[in-house]
Amino acid sequence: MSDNHTAAAVEGTATAHGSNPALLHHFETVEQQRDASSLGMWVFLAQEVMFFGGLFCVYLVYRLKYYEAFVAGSNTLNVPMGAINTGVLICSSLTMAMAVYSAQIGKRKMLMFFLAATMLFGAIFLGVKSIEYRDKFRDHHIPGPSFSTAEFEHKDHLPRDVANETQIYFSLYFAMTGMHAIHMIVGMVIMGFLIFHSWRGKYPPGHYTTIENFGLYWHFVDIVWIFLFPLLYLISRRH
Amino acid sequence: MGTNFPLFPQQASTVAPKVDALYFFLIAVTVFFCVLIFSLLITFSLKFRARKGQVATQIEGSLPLELTWTIIPLIISLGLYVWGANLYFEMRRPPLGAMEIYGVPKQWMWKFEHPDGHREINELHVPVGRPVKMTMISQDVIHSFFVPAFRVKTDVLPGRYTTAWFEATTTGHYHLFCSQYCGTKHSAMIGEVYVMEPAQYEQWLSGSAGEGSLASSGEKLFQSMACNTCHRSDSGARGPNLVGLFGKPVKLANGATVMADEAYIRESILTPSAKIVAGFQPIMPTFQGQINEEGVLALIQYIKTMKDAQNLAPTNTQNPPGPDAGARPAQGMQNSGTQKP
Amino acid sequence: MSTALITPAPTMPRDNYLNHGYGVRSWLLTTDHKRIALMYLVTITFFFFVGGAMATMIRLELLTPAGDLVSSDTYNKLFTMHGVMMVFFFLIPSIPTTLGNFLVPMMIGARDLAFPKLNLASYYVYLTGALFTMYAVISGGVDTGWTFYTPLSTSFANTHVIATAVGILIAGFSSIFTGINFIVTIHRMRAPGMTWGRLPLFIWAHYATSLIMVLGTPVIAITLIMVALERGFHLGIFDPARGGDPLLFQHLFWFYSHPAVYIMILPGMGVISEIVTCFSRKRIFGYNFVAFSSMAIAVFGFLVWAHHMFVAGISTYAAMVFSLLSYLVAIPSAIKVFNWTATMYKGSLTFKTPMLYVFGFIGLFTMGGMTGLFLAALGIDMHVTETYFIVAHFHYIMVGGMVMAYMGALHFWWPKITGRMYPENLARLAALIIFVGFNLTFFPQFILGYLGMPRRYHAYPPEFQVLNVMSSAGASILGIGYLLPMIYFMWSMRYGRVAGPNPWNAKGLEWETTSPPPTHNFAETPIVTEEAYAYGTPTAEVQRV
Repeated sequence: MSDNHTAAAVEGTATAHGSNPALLHHFETVEQQRDASSLGMWVFLAQEVMFFGGLFCVYLVYRLKYYEAFVAGSNTLNVPMGAINTGVLICSSLTMAMAVYSAQIGKRKMLMFFLAATMLFGAIFLGVKSIEYRDKFRDHHIPGPSFSTAEFEHKDHLPRDVANETQIYFSLYFAMTGMHAIHMIVGMVIMGFLIFHSWRGKYPPGHYTTIENFGLYWHFVDIVWIFLFPLLYLISRRH
Repeated sequence: MGTNFPLFPQQASTVAPKVDALYFFLIAVTVFFCVLIFSLLITFSLKFRARKGQVATQIEGSLPLELTWTIIPLIISLGLYVWGANLYFEMRRPPLGAMEIYGVPKQWMWKFEHPDGHREINELHVPVGRPVKMTMISQDVIHSFFVPAFRVKTDVLPGRYTTAWFEATTTGHYHLFCSQYCGTKHSAMIGEVYVMEPAQYEQWLSGSAGEGSLASSGEKLFQSMACNTCHRSDSGARGPNLVGLFGKPVKLANGATVMADEAYIRESILTPSAKIVAGFQPIMPTFQGQINEEGVLALIQYIKTMKDAQNLAPTNTQNPPGPDAGARPAQGMQNSGTQKP
Repeated sequence: MSTALITPAPTMPRDNYLNHGYGVRSWLLTTDHKRIALMYLVTITFFFFVGGAMATMIRLELLTPAGDLVSSDTYNKLFTMHGVMMVFFFLIPSIPTTLGNFLVPMMIGARDLAFPKLNLASYYVYLTGALFTMYAVISGGVDTGWTFYTPLSTSFANTHVIATAVGILIAGFSSIFTGINFIVTIHRMRAPGMTWGRLPLFIWAHYATSLIMVLGTPVIAITLIMVALERGFHLGIFDPARGGDPLLFQHLFWFYSHPAVYIMILPGMGVISEIVTCFSRKRIFGYNFVAFSSMAIAVFGFLVWAHHMFVAGISTYAAMVFSLLSYLVAIPSAIKVFNWTATMYKGSLTFKTPMLYVFGFIGLFTMGGMTGLFLAALGIDMHVTETYFIVAHFHYIMVGGMVMAYMGALHFWWPKITGRMYPENLARLAALIIFVGFNLTFFPQFILGYLGMPRRYHAYPPEFQVLNVMSSAGASILGIGYLLPMIYFMWSMRYGRVAGPNPWNAKGLEWETTSPPPTHNFAETPIVTEEAYAYGTPTAEVQRV
């Protein structure tokens, strides 16, 4: 560790922190504080990887076991909508990156604009997703007592036992996209706070760590979708 | 049974002494290490307790010692592993020619079926000195078949067969426990295993035999569900010929080969599309919901009896017999239904 | 042992974290890691006694072979809630959230954890989860066993599975928050000179624990979410009737719940390293091996989960692989035991209460660990799994190991936490009572297990009664043993002798500050110039700037 630790220690906390109101009392330097919150975010994301990893693992097991049902289930999904949503999320990642950039150069209005744009893209994604969910509901593709295998038996000419296995596919479809959507919603709520705080001027130039960390979260959520889209919509599709 | 205060379980199967041998060896290892550690602790406590004017000698560590107490436990562990795994392998592999009994437990009772049609609830009668293979499947939640005197235990799952085997060595009756927690009356899901002399066992078998052998009820099912419409031995059959199928490899449409065992036949009845036999279309409907686990077992037992190819073929009197279906009346099957286990 | 301190009777420091504010808000909204640690201490002690009360009912019921005290449904709820309370709301948070919270910043010379607000949030998240679960208990309980095996939990049980699962899920977030906080704090907040090679082993143990918390907990989270969804919305992921696989649930469940065992025991191992060095007046024997073995346990711990499933229907070959890996994970634990023992060699040993708990820990953990070898041996596991043998085994590790370490830690750092000493003789008596009571409770269960008595049995065949009565008798002794410290700890907070900054003459940065410490822990940031446990150097082991 560098010498300025000791310097700060000699001067005592009052002077060291008096110079910078954003430096929390228990950190020695701004760099230490920034390093800590950034590392914290990465550790949090490692945790998120394990969370979705569990789901992906289940997906893998059942896709190997019930391949045909996964093909049939996958074919009922609306690829154009999924593709639109992929585009929307990629755009939201761009605006998020721009928001981080704005925070770094300390442009408050630009930051608020890009955060709002990111939020808007998030809302579009959820809107499209809810249309897809509604379609599944209409087609009785919600696992459970109301599930109907009719489409798979008659249109795809699947035997009933395979048609029934599509329930597993849809269970996973809803579990995976649902968990992803919850992460989006949480992200949008946080984004609301960030916009409010930046309006109140809590992120003056040089204080972008919070925005940067949130950006990491948002990009992570986007990346999860980048995996979900091919796994659920594309790779099992009949051509 | 036994004394009122036993400290050691009865040994009543061929594997029990082998399990106990490993158990005693493990106890010896445990005692050795516990005595070693405890006597070191006591010695150090006495010898190095704080005294005036005496200070501790600082020791950083010792690589040779660290290696010693890494490598010796490692070697012992690997030895235990090999011993334990060997034993496990033996305990999981039923010997060829073991007599078969089926178990279909449910909340909260043990139900067993003998091939000759005997059905028992919370009781299991077996002969002494003969290997018995249990094939079990749960009708609801997970249970576990546990006979402490035999040192045998296996979870019984819904949706798939699990097996256990034992060869009883001492006549008597022994506890049968459900050892996997299964709901309200888990602790009441216990029964007795009766180990009998072969003669006695034969006598017990010749008692009320119920409604015919398992294979014959399988045969009735086979016909009532019209399995025989497709599963015939003639060349025009729409389903694979089942004669002599059991225990043989089956070539599948996707090029793979599977062994025609209980699990395969059960899967083919309940989810027929999972594995399509090469040369056939996936036209068989699923029988999920139309047949219970006992029915599936009866069908499996029936298919097993189709082994004897020259005088047995699936057929019925209504269907026009195939080219080589001349000489087997249905009765022939019933006789061989009580096929040697 | 305190001959070095012939100073006038110490006085309580005028300004410390305890008198930094007296209002309710100054406690409930504090971000001081020491106050949060105390709030955790009070809360987990409450849940320990809730879980203990359930254990008492269980042991009372098992006095007689017939199920005559409570109905079988009630009994099933009792052991389920005992497991849930003890595992998720006591053992997992126990040392990390109380002593870890209190000591991690102090031991590395920091003023607080990296994220004090996250720390406070973790407390309230934990409390919310615990209250959720308590709601499930009060409104009728849950009877699936703490393992929630499907399809019993998803399709057959009629009790409050969802509420309990959600409660555990919420508490899981608190674990993750604590883990993140510790990892970042240990990486980024160390005082100048506190290199990785000088970290106290308590810190190494908490670092390993935090890794498991962060990487394991999310898996149980998603698993419990799927169980709740399956119950609530009829997904079919674990339901064999709809093509799901109940064994997949067990794999996912144990992928967390086996490493969770190490979340429980690793911090205890860290505690033992601290205490054994102090009361032997010696540096630890083989620092690198003890530190590295913690990390090895954390890593190997993720690779052995299926050893809970040897009879569950997994393939013979899978079982053989997991058995081998289970033997490998035993080696680092053995290394630790030998190193602790060797630390005492040529030391200058005193036998204060914390040291007595160290003896208890080493003895009982050795027994628990050795019986683990029985369970890892496939052929023996076939017979003893799902019986009282396994109940005895994990209680030797969890109660004999972990709770012993926890009690030792509480006594060792009690003067630091409160500034006052506990009554030594009474504490020694309590330690003895706990040791005797524990062995009487759980040793007979090994014999019961080999005899074949299955676990989770409400009624049992009469020949098992004598051993069960012994076990129940031991449990009542154990109960007294746990109540006694409760009483004298509370007494000592007001009447205990004032301890002074370093009553044990121990090494480590936490002893360099006043007892109780000031809110910001250190008047000046310390600079570390020595290895950990430098008991050879008599004084001024830590220079101040």
